[in-house]
Order: sequence, then C-alpha cells, then structure tokens
Amino acid sequence: MSYEEILTRYEPVIGLETHVELGTATKMFCGCKTDFGAEPNTQVCPVCLALPGALPVMNRAAIEATIRIGLALNCDIAEWCRMARKNYFYPDMPKNFQTSQYDEPLCVDGYVDVEVDGVTHRIGIERVHIEEDTGKTLHVGGATGRIHGATESLVDYNRAGIPLVEIVTKPVPGLGGLAPEIAKAYVAELRDIIRSLGVSDVRMEQGSMRCDVNTSLNRPGEEWGTRTETKNVNSLRSVERAVRSEIIRQSAILDDGGKIHQETRHFHEDRGDTSPGRSKETATDYRYFPEPDLVPIAPDPAWVATLKAALPEKPSAKRARLREEWGITELDMQSVANAGAVEIIEETIAAGASPAGARKWWMGELARRANELNVELTAVGATPAQVAALQKLVDEGKLNDKLARTVLEGVVAGEGDPAEVMAARGLEVVNDTGALTAAVDEAIAANPDIAAKIRDGKIAAAGALVGAVMKTTRGQADAKTVRELLLERLGVS
Amino acid sequence: MAAISREEVAHLARLSRLAVTEEELDRFAGQLDVILQSVARVGEVAAEDIPPTSHSVPLTNVYREDVPTTSLTQDAALSGAPDAYEGRFRVPRILDEED
Amino acid sequence: MSDLTRLSAADLASLIAKREVSAVEVATAHLDRIAAVDDRVHAFLHVDRAGALEAAAAVDRGEITGPLAGVPIAVKDVVTTKGVPTTAASKILEGWKPPYDATIVERLKKAGMPILGKTNMDEFAMGSSTEYSAYGPTNNPWDLGRIPGGSGGGSAAALAAYEAPLAIGTDTGGSIRQPGAVTGTVGAKPTYGGTSRYGLIAFSSSLDTPGPCARTVEDTALLHAVIAGHDPRDSTSIDKPVPDVVRAAQLGKSGDLSGVKLGVVKEFSGDGSEPGVAAAFKDSLEALVKLGAEVVEVSCPHFEYALPAYYLIAPSECSSNLARFDGVRYGLRAGDDGNRSLEEVMSLTREAGFGPEVKRRIIIGTYALSSGYYDAYYGQAQKVRTLITRDFQSAFEKVDVLVSPTTPFVAFPFGSRTSDPYQMYLADLFTIPTNLYGGPAISVPCGLSEGLPVGFQIMAPTLADDRMYRVAAALESAVGTFTPPAL
Repeated sequence: MSYEEILTRYEPVIGLETHVELGTATKMFCGCKTDFGAEPNTQVCPVCLALPGALPVMNRAAIEATIRIGLALNCDIAEWCRMARKNYFYPDMPKNFQTSQYDEPLCVDGYVDVEVDGVTHRIGIERVHIEEDTGKTLHVGGATGRIHGATESLVDYNRAGIPLVEIVTKPVPGLGGLAPEIAKAYVAELRDIIRSLGVSDVRMEQGSMRCDVNTSLNRPGEEWGTRTETKNVNSLRSVERAVRSEIIRQSAILDDGGKIHQETRHFHEDRGDTSPGRSKETATDYRYFPEPDLVPIAPDPAWVATLKAALPEKPSAKRARLREEWGITELDMQSVANAGAVEIIEETIAAGASPAGARKWWMGELARRANELNVELTAVGATPAQVAALQKLVDEGKLNDKLARTVLEGVVAGEGDPAEVMAARGLEVVNDTGALTAAVDEAIAANPDIAAKIRDGKIAAAGALVGAVMKTTRGQADAKTVRELLLERLGVS
Repeated sequence: MAAISREEVAHLARLSRLAVTEEELDRFAGQLDVILQSVARVGEVAAEDIPPTSHSVPLTNVYREDVPTTSLTQDAALSGAPDAYEGRFRVPRILDEED
Repeated sequence: MSDLTRLSAADLASLIAKREVSAVEVATAHLDRIAAVDDRVHAFLHVDRAGALEAAAAVDRGEITGPLAGVPIAVKDVVTTKGVPTTAASKILEGWKPPYDATIVERLKKAGMPILGKTNMDEFAMGSSTEYSAYGPTNNPWDLGRIPGGSGGGSAAALAAYEAPLAIGTDTGGSIRQPGAVTGTVGAKPTYGGTSRYGLIAFSSSLDTPGPCARTVEDTALLHAVIAGHDPRDSTSIDKPVPDVVRAAQLGKSGDLSGVKLGVVKEFSGDGSEPGVAAAFKDSLEALVKLGAEVVEVSCPHFEYALPAYYLIAPSECSSNLARFDGVRYGLRAGDDGNRSLEEVMSLTREAGFGPEVKRRIIIGTYALSSGYYDAYYGQAQKVRTLITRDFQSAFEKVDVLVSPTTPFVAFPFGSRTSDPYQMYLADLFTIPTNLYGGPAISVPCGLSEGLPVGFQIMAPTLADDRMYRVAAALESAVGTFTPPAL
C-alpha cells in the first residue's frame, strides 16, 4: 500500500520535542567547564557528581540563552517560574533526579513559521524550558557496545549538568502527507534560529541537538489517535523518515483493527524504522516537585525587553535577503543554510570576496574538509579574510583554480595567509610571456600533427597542446593565457 | 480503613530502590499506616485559595556568572567510588529498557 | 590552671589571645577528656586528634587571630570535612572522606577553630534520640541510660560532657534545640538562609539549617557570628548583614527586658507537656516578667497542623535528596556479585545501607509525591506551611518573640519511643513550626524536672536572630546554667 494511499484514509498529528545543549562555558549548576572531548571525569566537581552536601547555583548565561530562544520562537516569558525535580533512578544522572522544569516553564506559547514548497506552515510552540544533561555511559562486554547484552557499564560525568533547553511544539494536525517534510523543515528552521542566536552549535550528529518525534493517526473527522514517541532521531533526514515510518507502521495496525499503544519507540538510522521501547503505562511516576535548593526565576521585564530588542534578524528573513543579494536559487540558499555556512560566507563577502567566490570555497573545498574532520566550518582552519584574499589572488590572475586549491591546503595547514603560502611554495601563475612563449613553441614543435590540425581550423584540438604546456609549467600557467598565446603563435587568432 | 496497604508499601519500596525484606514489609505497613493517618490531618485545613510555600526565604534570581571554576582531579572524583576503571565509574550491567 | 574543659568558649578565647594558655593545651585538654569519657558518652563518631592539634598549633604560631581563635569545636557528622570521614551516621557512607569542606567548616578553619571530630546523630538527621545512628546511640551525660535528644545528640552530649566547648548542629525540625533542651545546653537555629547549607548533607532542603551549640548563650552567639553570613554557593543563602547576635547576647546579660513582649502560644499550653516541663516553663516566664518582660497570650491556630505538614514535607524532600546514595559514585555497594543488574545492586545497597527510620521516611516521601497523592499530601502540606507562616507573622505584630517549652518531655529512657515512630515525632511538636516558617529559634536551659534539664524555646521573626539572643541571655542570667552530675 502506498504512502499516498494511506494519507487518503488517515490524518497524522505530529509533535516534536527538541533538546538543545547550550554552548555556555560552564555547566548549568556549577562552574565546571563544558569542553567537548575532555578526559573522562575531569570536568566534574562536588555539585555535578552529586556528592553529599553539594548545592546547585544557576548559570545566568543559561537562563539568558533560554529566554533568548523563547523570544526568538515568539514565546511569552514567564514573570515567575521555578525549577522542579524529576525523580527517577538512572546511573548517568548523579542525583538520581534531573533538575528540570515541570508545570512552570520559562517560556510558553510561541510559534515558528516553516516554509515548504512555497507554503508557510505555522508550528505552535507549547513551551521552552531549561534543564540539565546527563553523563555518558559506555556499555562493555556486549557484542555491539550497546546496552543489550552488556556485562557492565562505565560512566563519565563530564556531560552531566551541561545546560539543556527543551523545546516542545503543540500538537500539529492538518499537515496530511506533508507531515514528515514539515517536521524536518521545522527542525531545520529551529536549528537555524538557535544558531543565529549563537547559544549552541546545534549539531545533530554530535548530539548537541536531539529530537523526539510524536506521531498519531486518526481517521478524518475522528478524535486524535494514541501517539507514540520516537526517540533517538539524530539527523534532519531521520526526522522525516521517522515520521513517515510511524505513519506507515501505525496505519497497518489500524487497518488490521489493532490498537496503537502509547509507548516510546527507538528510531534505527540503519533500517529507517522504529522498534518499541518502554511502555508508557508502566513508566515511572516522576514525582515532580519544586526544587527547594534553587529559588524562583523572575526575569526583570526590562531585561527581557532588552534581550528582545537585541535579537538577530530571523534566519528566514535573512535567507531571503541574502538570496537576493547573492543572486542564487532557494535550493542553493537552503544548502548554504544546511551547511551552517551563511554567516561565514557573509563575512567572507564583507572581507572583499564576490558572493560566487565566497560561496564556491566554503561550500566546496572547505565544506568537504570540515566534513572529513567532522568539525564546524569555523574550525576548519581558514578565516573569511583568508578566503577573501585567496579569491582576490584568483581574480587578479595570480592563481588559477588548481593553484588556489593548493594554496588553500597550505592555509588550513597553518602555513600563513594565501599570499605567504603562494610565495613560500612558489605557486604563482607564470605570467612571464617569454617563458610561456618558449613553452608554447616547444609544445608546437613536439606535436606537429596536432599543430597542423589547429592551423587547419580544428580549434578544439588546442586543448591537447594547452595541456602539454600546463604540464611543462607544472600547472603554474594560466590556461586561458596559454590558449591565447598558442592560437596566436599558430596564426589562428 | 488502612491508609496504605502492604502491596502499596512494596510498590513504593521498589520505586525507591529499597530491597526491603518480607519482615520489614510487615512492620513498615503497620507503622506507615499510623503515620499516614496522622499526617493526613493536613487535609482538615481549608486551604483552597492559599498559595503553597516551597521556599521560606523570599529570594528570586540567584545566579552565578558563566565563569569556569576548578574541577576535581580525576583521582579525587573517583576517590570514593566503590568500583572504577580507566577514569570511569564502573557499574553492573544496566537492565535494557527492552528487557 | 583550672580544668580547661570547664571554661566557656569566651573565656578560653580570651586566655588564648592573652597567651595565658596555648591553643594546643586547650585542644589537648579536650582531646584527653574525650579519650577519658567518650567510651561512656559516645558523642563522637570520629576524633581527629592530629588535625585538631595542627590547627591549634597554627593559632599558637600567630597565623590566625579572631574572636574564637584556638577554641576547639565538635562538628555534627552530617557536615562535610575535607579528608575527614563524614558518614551522616549511616552505613551507606561508612568510610567516605569528602574531597571538600562545607562552607561553615571553611569558616571555622578560617577562624582558627580546631575541629576535634565528628559527632554522632540520628542517621541523616532523622530522629529525636540518636537511637537511629547506625553506629549506636549517644548517652545523655545527665543519665547514661537516657537519650541525649536528636538528631544532634552527639553535639549536645559533647558539650554537656565537657568534651567540647562548642559544637555545630543542624536543625530541620528541632535537631539543635531538642538535644540542647534535654542535655541542659544551648542550641540555636538561625534564620533559614542565614547559615550556609553548602556541605550539609541534605535531609530536607527547605528546612535544614546549620547552627551553633554551646553551654552559654554568649558562646552560642559568638559561634553564630563565625558561621553565619551569605554564601554564593547556596542559592537559598540570604545576602544581607548578619544581625549582631553577640551584642544582643551581651545586652541580655544585663538582665533588663523592660518593654519586651513575650508571646505564649495558646495552642501549645494544653496538655502536650509533662507536668515538670510545664512547671519549669511557668517558673521561667515569671522570672522573665521580673526582668521587665510582658507576657501576652497569642493564638496560632495552624500550629496544630505543623507536625503533620512537617512529616509530609521533610520525607518528600528526603526521598529525593537521598536518591543519590546508590553505590555508584561513593559509599557502600552491596550485593554486586558480578551477576546481578545495577537495579538489583542499587536496591540491595540502599536496603543494606539505610536504617529503618530512613527507609520509612523515604517510603512516605515517595508516597506523598506520587501523582495521585501530591495534591492531598505534599501540595496541601505546602499550603499549611503558608498558613503557619501567616500565624507567625500576625503573632509578631503583637509580640517581639514567641516562647514555649522546647520539647514536651525531658530525656526519655532508650527504647521507650522507638517501637511507635509517631511517639518519637512528638518530641519535635514545639520546634517544628519555626522550621516551616523559616525564622530563628533558640533553646536555653531553664530548670530541672526530676533532676533532668528542661529547655525554654524563644522564637523570633526571620532575620531578627538578635532578638532571641537578648531574651535567652536574660533568662540565663536569671536562672543560671545547669551542670550534670560527674561522669
């Protein structure tokens, strides 16, 4: 049965819960650093290890970041709210409760507008609240390093207590078959908004942005169905696939007259489908209560107003503006945004590069390298100023494309600015006409047959001789110049 | 009527990760019943419109600045651990959610 | 030199400052006293002879000066001391050496006060007799067959047995004041937020308050001044100047209370107290009237619900606070045979590591916070807490302080209240309302009943800790101090 056919009989309702790890310098409740990749249990203290007697104190920057996210999502900011304890036992949670928010979130009732195929869909935001991350558990002894079949586990609490913002949408009905695409577009938009605020690196593949997707189906005109919660959805593509696979799975059960169980399901990136987790009926009662070790949060309205006034341009508006300025298609703009390259390309243009030149380097050579190293573009080793300088050397004819790539390699290897690398490695385009003419003449002499063809008007054959010249000049000549010179020497220009 | 049954006490003990013995269950059930009947008296107070007090100090907005402080060394962090391995806390196998 | 262990902290400090006696001599005298009598009293769980002598030597070298420099102190074992065992009198923390000092311990060290050791208590401060210590009870120096109160029985008994001139206690429902009352010593619960909880192993976060214990009101005030004050590591710490409690105690010593209005809580004057306790309280009131005070009866209609509200709020918070004791990061691990799952090992660890009273409270708290019961129990208790606070506030519009017996009965024999936990809870009947309100209160010895000490409680408005010290010092000057029979 086709997906399209399913959507004629069922209407999906989706909801998304997104966790974003904030990029603060220190943890939510203590001064331990949040650096990624530190030795295990070296960024811990009595507070985040939950040693007896230790007490939490809230990180002002985390509260500010949460309020800014709330404002950027058009939320109301609570005048007064409290942290709450969510009680359950798990070894990656040192206190065996998570300090979170329950019925008094910091931000409520906002929305995000998402554009898919030229149509804008408004996704309601129910709440944005602040909480803390857990430690990381390594399962050993099992066949695959997974929890299942492991004989023991090893816990590192470096990540425990890093501030985490949870963004929960209202249930979104009425999307029909577009539900999977819109879910994906929402997460992408959310990511862009949060990235524009500079409060998180929002990298799904590194876990600094994580998504749970709720899906239910109902027949037209009937009440909403029972929802499942799919966890472990860790890429934009997976968001779309998870919703689609749940729609297909649930419809098959409903078609057979079965019932959907309210449960947590796990998404499998490899198979593209979900498997059941803990059933909600037997889930723990979290016994929430107001956190007595922390006092209420009552943001000063003047402070909130200041934060609101200082919000950056909305990514959607910015994209539209830049698309115009750069003269590129919506699709191209989307891929720039997906690569997280909007700001860095902007800066490169500001440093003097043309939009096309800036985009070419960041979306090509450098994006490839960032991908290989699994780092952000900002950490790839080249600055916007360097890329602009590189492009300038190309525009001036001092470097050709191939040489420029080699120079860029030197730049990211830390050998200096493009001009320095070019000089140190002797990579400048050969512009000495005397030397070039000699090389051209040598090529003509060595290939009389081809030279004859060109003289006869078969200009297309010139490529072979240009290639030969490029070879003898070790690529340091400008191909266009070589070609012109060649044709001139053969008397066909 | 009892405020709490032996089964409820057993359930609460499981939730609290207490492997109580049968003998303890017998004893606690009776004792907790007496205690709960006594504390249930809070219900006699008419307090519908009364705001709850969660903190006795009227403080709000107590924050620290986002400035790193010194963490414990790995040795100090693990110094009290019943079991540790290669810089991490070692624990017995965790029941799979799917088990 | 007379017996150094019999002197007040104020006198010791003055002798040390004048170099008439060395801090090392003072510490040694107390350590020797502990060695001589603590096998009978069992006030200490751990004695840090080397640490105390080293700290005393630093004072003698002139490295530290201050109002209590060189005066040794005993610290309740629920407060963390870096590198020195801290167990909260529980098996689950046996042998644990914290990698950090509590804020109040830092302040003691900065003040040059040698820490003699860690005192016994009811496990995790849950109890009123120290019978719930996992390491055996403390015996009351007035009668070794009777309880020294609790949870801070060790700190109070150490004072009464002249093992220490000063001690740190913590008060969640009366754990400083009730032991003070039944051992004939002084104990003060400061305003909640007035003393830092950082490093105090949490029982009930919204109620726990560390405070000073001593044999005289002035000594108590001196210690109060050392440990109190804002701590940025405790979010509930009050960032305001500490009331001048030392001056208030000295003022009260003069014995003039003219113009001071004492409120007697009508709801406490029923048949709750033993006759001997009621009589000593009445005599003390008369003594205070002679000093110029005026006695006014005030009604606090919701005080009768304080005990039930407390026994919902405290266990609820404790059920969450004690979840961290799971055998993963520190403390006991039981039943790890290489085969059992973590869940089983956690449950066996907590079963083996916690005593019966702790388990009872964890279970009650888990119950009271459960979604189906939250509104009826925990939520309702928090509302009652508001009403009790309002009772205090309206009472303090009419009177300066409220007064009552500290506890309804004198030190009771071991075992007489353990079989029925609720009978034990009644020991805190008069002390609990203050904890729910958050204000300060002090217990000061006021007489004897059948040869056993009776405590007089003075409760003041929040942040008016100085007020209770003035009245306490005046009462002390009128009735004197009480010395237990020789051990």
